[in-house]
Amino acid sequence: MDFERSEDQVALAEGVARLCAGRFPLESVRVAEGRPTVADGKGWAELGEAGVFALRVSDADGGLGLGLAEAAVVFEELGRALVPGPLVASSLAAGLVPGAADGSVMVGAVRRPAGPGPILIEDLGAVDVLIVVDDGAGELRLVERGAVTGAPLQRSLDPLTPMWRVEALPEGDLVGGEEDQTRWGRDGNVLTGALGVGLALATMEMTVAYARTREQFGRAIGSFQAVKHLCADMLVRAESARAAVEAAAVTVDQPGVGDPVRAAAGAALLGCEAAQANARSCIQVHGGMGFTWEVPAHLYLMRAQVLAGSLPSPADLAAVVADRY
Amino acid sequence: MDLRYSEAEEAFRSGLRAWLAGAVPSLPPKPPANDWPARRAYDTGWQGMLHQAGYAGIDWPVEGGGLGASPVEQLIYVEELERAHAPYVGVNFVGLLHAGPTIAVEGTAGQRARFLPPILRGEEVWCQGFSEPDAGSDLASLRCRAVRDGDDYVLSGSKIWTSHAEVADYCEILVRTGPEDSRHRGITWLMMPMDLPGIEIRPLRTMAGSTEFAELFLDGVRVPVGNRVGEENDGWRVTMVTLSFERGTAFVGELLQSMELLRSLRDVVVAVGGSGAPGLLGRIGHLGAELDAQWAVTRRNVSQAARTGVPGIGGSVFKLAFSELRQRLAQLGLEVCGRAGLVWDELAGGPWSAAEGGPGNGELVDTWVNGFSRTIAAGTSQIQRNIVAERILGLPKG
Repeated sequence: MDFERSEDQVALAEGVARLCAGRFPLESVRVAEGRPTVADGKGWAELGEAGVFALRVSDADGGLGLGLAEAAVVFEELGRALVPGPLVASSLAAGLVPGAADGSVMVGAVRRPAGPGPILIEDLGAVDVLIVVDDGAGELRLVERGAVTGAPLQRSLDPLTPMWRVEALPEGDLVGGEEDQTRWGRDGNVLTGALGVGLALATMEMTVAYARTREQFGRAIGSFQAVKHLCADMLVRAESARAAVEAAAVTVDQPGVGDPVRAAAGAALLGCEAAQANARSCIQVHGGMGFTWEVPAHLYLMRAQVLAGSLPSPADLAAVVADRY
Repeated sequence: MDLRYSEAEEAFRSGLRAWLAGAVPSLPPKPPANDWPARRAYDTGWQGMLHQAGYAGIDWPVEGGGLGASPVEQLIYVEELERAHAPYVGVNFVGLLHAGPTIAVEGTAGQRARFLPPILRGEEVWCQGFSEPDAGSDLASLRCRAVRDGDDYVLSGSKIWTSHAEVADYCEILVRTGPEDSRHRGITWLMMPMDLPGIEIRPLRTMAGSTEFAELFLDGVRVPVGNRVGEENDGWRVTMVTLSFERGTAFVGELLQSMELLRSLRDVVVAVGGSGAPGLLGRIGHLGAELDAQWAVTRRNVSQAARTGVPGIGGSVFKLAFSELRQRLAQLGLEVCGRAGLVWDELAGGPWSAAEGGPGNGELVDTWVNGFSRTIAAGTSQIQRNIVAERILGLPKG
């Protein structure tokens, strides 16, 4: 038993962090704020070239043949860098949808709603195809972007995740049965949790850096216990969620070490919660500046909301854990 | 990242499990909570059994007579003892987890030979004299004086939160040997025999009704200089060695017990059903995810200790998170047993009752009340947050 990251996993995380810093610096990503299309095919292809989506595709099929553990490590870095676009869907679609693995095809996803009401889809302007997840029927269906009629909403909560409204979802082609749909939900929980952990770590680091330098009453605000304790709680949340997410990923990779479905639901729950709570503390510690558009604290908060919105509700995730405990 | 155990680790586990399966059922009934002589006999008897079977001092260094097991084996050890519902370390806590390992690392050859074997065999019990009425979170301000007089230190002052003092043979005690304001530079670590003249023990009753704690009043107690561990005035460093043993796997048993308690509460809520069930199950699921996360934090911490020899930041993360988690778990438990949570007596009849296979209302009350100590003992949550913020996150001292 050795739950520390291997040297290869450490190197992988560093490589992705470097890629993100070079290709997706926040100031360049922010140029597209509020546009109906934010993620772009060129950036996507570069992520694909770096192997971000092909991590778990077997060597024989041109992938890297790695596990969900490595994917989680990579997704923490993507979350930390606030990389826009349907990262989880494109990663889960690798192997199911041709072109998804190398980033030449951007794959989005949406759950087929059980009842009436507006259908909202993230990044519809940028994606090439959509996976429609039908939890009721236990199916994954593929829909070409051209077959969907949709319009961008005027103002999306996350300025970097444009939401589109669609009136109806076409039937689509069956690309996965119940096993794939279950795997999609389980592994999607882990990867979404990993993005959340990345967000939570980013806001923690941003907050600590600010608390060290911002002075009031003649001293750094980080010397006040009221601020220190907020920061300490951010670390506890992020590190607890990180351990939960990575343990869930390993539990999927290594049969017999635990219940992967329960671990994945817990990972999603805690990963998103850490992202949301740490973003709130980030705004609070930044004071008035935290409420401005300029300081990116709000971008992490809104992305956390988007992640939570892509998952089953917290109550449903908790019910899965309770049921399988 | 690998969560599978090696063949050697699995072999260690199965050997221990087999022994526990025979040993635990052979134990006498547990003594009454506040009968300390009986509890001493019970706890030391269990330690003697562990020693006979070759499982004493699992985490102690080999030079101290321990097994020098790897952190992963220690984790398996705690896990299996919990799984078998084996007795807790009880009155042997200070000897096995504090004083013993400290003497093993910092003591002289003579001190190791004299003091370690009786701890491992369950023959001598230790207590702790660190905190004082005016030195709690600020331990370095302690004032209990030790004045050198020939071959003795003469001790005067008082100590508090001394667990099991009335049945202890020795006390690991911190005394002021430097000037009054010398703080951590003027502290010495001594082994004080508890039968010396001048020691008064006054039991301190906790809000749980237990008398496990005591106050010590020392008036001219003569402790031989040969009972000093480490150099004079170097006791703070020795103390840091002592406290480093307390982290790591100390609360793992309680974590696993919490997971079992949560399962049992889930079963009760499902059996009872009703309009409140979904809400309670949501809280149970959330607590379950959090307990699972702390189990993951524990395994990460143990892995890090195995590689570097010291527990990593996970120790502070775990202490902070788990102590508060345990309180929320107990709060939920009390809600589940309703008005039966107003008494300590185990009642029969309800779905939560031990008689029906539930956790037992008395047990839940006990967990709830004692839970309040978890965010205070071994560093209050507030001090822990300061430590996390300053030592891990690098925020400036206030």
